[in-house]
Amino acid sequence: MAQAGEDIKNYPGFMPITLFCLVVLYAPLLVVMIYSFNESKSITVWQGLSFKWYVDVFVGPESAKFKEAAINSFSIAIVAALAATAIATSAATGMLRGGSFRGRGFSFGLINLPLIVPEIVTAVATLIFFSAIDFERGYLTILVAHIAFCIPFAYMPIAARMQGIEDTYEQAAMDLYANKTQAFRLVLFPLMLPGIVSGFILAFIISLDDFIITNFVKGAGIETLPTAIFGAVKQGIKPNIMAISTMLLAVSIVMVTISYFVGKSGDKLKQPPGEK
Amino acid sequence: MAIVEDRNIIAVDVQNAVKRYGSFTALKTISLSIKDNEFFTLLGPSGCGKTTLLRIIGGFEELSEGAISLFGDEIAKLPPNKRPINTVFQNYALFPHMTIEENVMFGVEMRGGSKAEARQRASEMLDLVQLTQFASRKPSQLSGGQQQRVALARALAPEPKVLLLDEPLSALDLKLRQAMRYELKEIQRKAGITFIFVTHDQEEALTMSDRIAVMSSGELQQLGTAREIYESPHNTFVADFIGETNLLEVSVDALSGGSATCHLGGGHELICDEVKGVGVGAKVHLSIRPERLTLSDTPMEGASLSGVVRDNIYIGTDIQTIVDLNEGPQMVIRTSNSDRGNKRIFEPRSPVFVNMEKGAARLLAD
Repeated sequence: MAQAGEDIKNYPGFMPITLFCLVVLYAPLLVVMIYSFNESKSITVWQGLSFKWYVDVFVGPESAKFKEAAINSFSIAIVAALAATAIATSAATGMLRGGSFRGRGFSFGLINLPLIVPEIVTAVATLIFFSAIDFERGYLTILVAHIAFCIPFAYMPIAARMQGIEDTYEQAAMDLYANKTQAFRLVLFPLMLPGIVSGFILAFIISLDDFIITNFVKGAGIETLPTAIFGAVKQGIKPNIMAISTMLLAVSIVMVTISYFVGKSGDKLKQPPGEK
Repeated sequence: MAIVEDRNIIAVDVQNAVKRYGSFTALKTISLSIKDNEFFTLLGPSGCGKTTLLRIIGGFEELSEGAISLFGDEIAKLPPNKRPINTVFQNYALFPHMTIEENVMFGVEMRGGSKAEARQRASEMLDLVQLTQFASRKPSQLSGGQQQRVALARALAPEPKVLLLDEPLSALDLKLRQAMRYELKEIQRKAGITFIFVTHDQEEALTMSDRIAVMSSGELQQLGTAREIYESPHNTFVADFIGETNLLEVSVDALSGGSATCHLGGGHELICDEVKGVGVGAKVHLSIRPERLTLSDTPMEGASLSGVVRDNIYIGTDIQTIVDLNEGPQMVIRTSNSDRGNKRIFEPRSPVFVNMEKGAARLLAD
């Protein structure tokens, strides 16, 4: 048992460091959230509570632009996340249930490479690739790029879940007269499902929030929410931007929370070691 | 229950089975025949190949060489789902996303049974293992012992011809493990099929099995009933692995009329039954079970070895006395506490004679 003196709270400087980190991380977000409810057009002076900037987002002069960007963002995020999840599920099954094949380590690196490569490099490379094959830039280029960089994010929770599933479950299914397809469909897939849902949500959020790659490959005349916000900010920060940002933040928080609970909700995979 | 039963139908026949993993040989040419309706145990220390053999019979590993047949049909090339053999896995491997009933129904349905048939069979099996009231629970809501019984019910439900059990009791605590031994044996009797049981626990093997195959480093050491293996071990490994024994180095002086005269260090002489493969002049081991030795303060007829008591150890049912033979090795003698009235306990440092009944000492070929 830990002694009172070893409690991390008693380390010198624990409170100041904690507070400093929390302020640096969250104060900017808080400012944005608070001022999105400001009555005034000012972004520094508080003049009372109001929802008018939220109304402005939906019916104001820029609403058409934002609506189109939102539709693009959400449709791309859903399709990209679905595709990335399907690819990541197959990849995880191959990597973790395919036995040891040649180039297994290499494949693992390949799947996770986008996590390590600086996003700007991926962005430039993707742009060069699309130019090289003469692919007209627009909705499709954004979608293809998003599918590609979402795969490792979908792969991580799926592989983590799968690693916890001992292969005796599939052996037991086979032992009980299930063929390979039935063993996957009736036993392995349901056990993997929390990881798959988690992976889908993570990929969805990553796609929804992406700015750098999208900005490079999107071409003229099409915007997603992040690029639309960036474009609007260039003409000066208005509180309606803060309102949109706050709503995006809310969507992200809700999705990540769902992902967390889905990941935890799955049926316990480990058996108790003995009598409970 | 059938009164007339042929005890000699072979359920599983393993011929010259060899299993190699790269340069490592896990099974070195094993042949054995397991009879129908038999409780058969593969016993040995970890790494002896017993689980490998079980997994080969189940279809989870492929043989490198050799053949296996099930009631005469060659099965070595069949995948697990094509073999009428089911397994109780060491960690049970109950499907955590299904209820207990769904777990038990799984095999029946996969084998082509209707849902109603599977449900009927599941209720029979849960009744057999006394878990009917838990049918709608999930495996994680059950205790280890209950999960173990579900695994048994699930494996029995599709009516396999042979049931494989891979150390199914090892995750349970001692009391439950002992209770489950009798229950398993009872269930095997009721099911009327062959059970092949893998364990490293010799007590488990002795109490449950009709026959035991003792294995070590990929080889079959001895095959026989519990009594044969305990009382007539073939070699040093079996004598040492099964139960407690005094292993003494001896040399054989003379053979006559089925008896061998041997001596051990310090000039002590012993007479025991002759064993095939042990000739005059051979330096071999001799095994004597501690409970077949008695102590006295005067030499008795037959083999009587002189020594000095080193210590007495109280172990509940028995008292274990350690005796240093004069200029010879140490021996352990077990005296049951129930007949302490007519047996003396000798204090440490007192001189004694160690006596053995005829046939207690057994020469070992290697």
